Amino acid sequence: MSTFAEAVSDGRVVAWRNLKRVPRIPELAIFAILQSIMFVLLFAFVFGGAIPLPGGGSYREYLMPGIYIQTLAFASITTAIGMADDMSKGLIDRFRSLPMARSAVLSGRTTADVVYNALILVVLMLSGLVVGWRVHGTFGDFVLAIVLMLMFTFTMSWIGVLLGLLVKTVEVAQQLGFLVIFPLTFVSNAFVPTESLPSILQPIAEWNPVSALVSATRDLFGNPNPFPSDSWPGEHALLLSFAWTIGLLVVFAPLAVRRYRSIER
Amino acid sequence: MAAIETEGLVKVYRSRGNEVRALDGVDLEVQEGTILGLLGPNGAGKTTTVRILATLLHADEGRATVAGLDVARDAQAVRKLIGLSGQYAAVDENLTGRENLWMFGRLYRLSSGDARRRADELLGRFGLEDAADRVAKTYSGGMRRRLDLAGALVGRPRLLFLDEPTTGLDPRGRLGMWDVIRDQVREGTTLLLTTQYLEEADALADEIAVVDHGRIIARGTSDQLKAQVGGERIEVVVRNPEDLRRAVATLAPDGGSTCDRHTRRVTVAARGGAQELVEVVRRLGEAEIQVDDVGLRRPTLDDVFLELTGHAAEEAEGDEEDERDEELAA
Repeated sequence: MSTFAEAVSDGRVVAWRNLKRVPRIPELAIFAILQSIMFVLLFAFVFGGAIPLPGGGSYREYLMPGIYIQTLAFASITTAIGMADDMSKGLIDRFRSLPMARSAVLSGRTTADVVYNALILVVLMLSGLVVGWRVHGTFGDFVLAIVLMLMFTFTMSWIGVLLGLLVKTVEVAQQLGFLVIFPLTFVSNAFVPTESLPSILQPIAEWNPVSALVSATRDLFGNPNPFPSDSWPGEHALLLSFAWTIGLLVVFAPLAVRRYRSIER
Repeated sequence: MAAIETEGLVKVYRSRGNEVRALDGVDLEVQEGTILGLLGPNGAGKTTTVRILATLLHADEGRATVAGLDVARDAQAVRKLIGLSGQYAAVDENLTGRENLWMFGRLYRLSSGDARRRADELLGRFGLEDAADRVAKTYSGGMRRRLDLAGALVGRPRLLFLDEPTTGLDPRGRLGMWDVIRDQVREGTTLLLTTQYLEEADALADEIAVVDHGRIIARGTSDQLKAQVGGERIEVVVRNPEDLRRAVATLAPDGGSTCDRHTRRVTVAARGGAQELVEVVRRLGEAEIQVDDVGLRRPTLDDVFLELTGHAAEEAEGDEEDERDEELAA
């Protein structure tokens, strides 16, 4: 077998191992979904009425892409916790003592995350349909939105891997994850139009990768997307989403691999 | 050619301005097919040595080879030859025993079928058939250790590193583990074993290297080490703790005894053999010190340790703190 084929084969074994956990600890997936549904209910029924959309449109249709992207972003915290857990339990040491491809522990984890989060996404979209979210765009645009979201979850997973490898305990991984991901998803257009934010936060929210992803998927699904009309990020959301997703991946994946190679606990 | 060879290994851990010299020039040599026991208290540098040999850690100075391969330069080749089982059972808790072994087999590049057969074989050998399809989370401590060791053996390693394989096991679990380890070595595997239990090194190892503060302070067979400490000892266990001081004065008025308050035991060298024992019993009788036990015994590795380092191998108080230090440093 070539080195590449070996790396793929090892990565598949590690991905298998990570996916096995899903049915074994169903709480993980259930709570991830419940948390997102809680956000849906909170914003759709509690805050939603108080959030006027410039230009009108259904707030619930506006909200759901925000929820999808937020959920995928939060999933990276789960990844970080999982990596920190594997480290503290000595499993990473075991893998590092095996003659397996060095990349496989990480690539296996991140590909498993894509599969896992795709399942979560299906459940969320079905819940979205229940509260009144609809897709108005073409089938091609729908597929493109899905591809974009899965690329995003892959990138976020690599960031989670890096965070998990940098900290030493599960608790720190959790706290650090929230510290990074919470502002990332809330200082964005996921729940409120950026125009309603304080002016100092507006440029940050507009250029935030989460905003780009939310905006792009809203456009692709044909959901209301009131971005300031003169803003470059608003008008180039799709381009910006791909740029962010690929850009962050290109930066964080090698950092995570480098970190993994140099683990010396 | 030695199966394991190290020369002047130095490892310094730095954290928050603190410097801990975990290894301070370790030289080792293990012949093919033999068991070397690395014996020392917590924080002595045993785990660090194993981690360097298992390619998990880079030494700051010195050289280490496994089967003639440099562990730093030929790490991936070394990994094909070794098996590692650590202090903390490194198995996936959410996989069953069978799945864990299958996974390790696949990662040793066995085909799926071969990995399955190898897993079955090891589950049988380690008495884990009944638990094979339960997730490892539900295993007892002893079962987890056995699964962990089985995981280290999946790739039929020529060299096996066992880092404190029985720490935390109950006596029965420990004896079971010893049997398994002996069987493995009978098949020709070279083994480096770390332990803080003197009787474990005594029971398993062909040769023992005593480690303290990152240095090998003595090595030899169990008998050679015991010979270093000299002949037999007299041990007295007094009935009342308040008699300990008088017992020490009676047995060794000029010093040279050791005294363990916890077990109420006083030990002195018996240069005169059995005749001296008679004398001791007579003196204890005259001093009206009541005893629970008096006897003559061959030196143990505990005595060796005390003789070599000036402190006991298992210092009950410092123990946990040392371990925490080691973790912090790492």
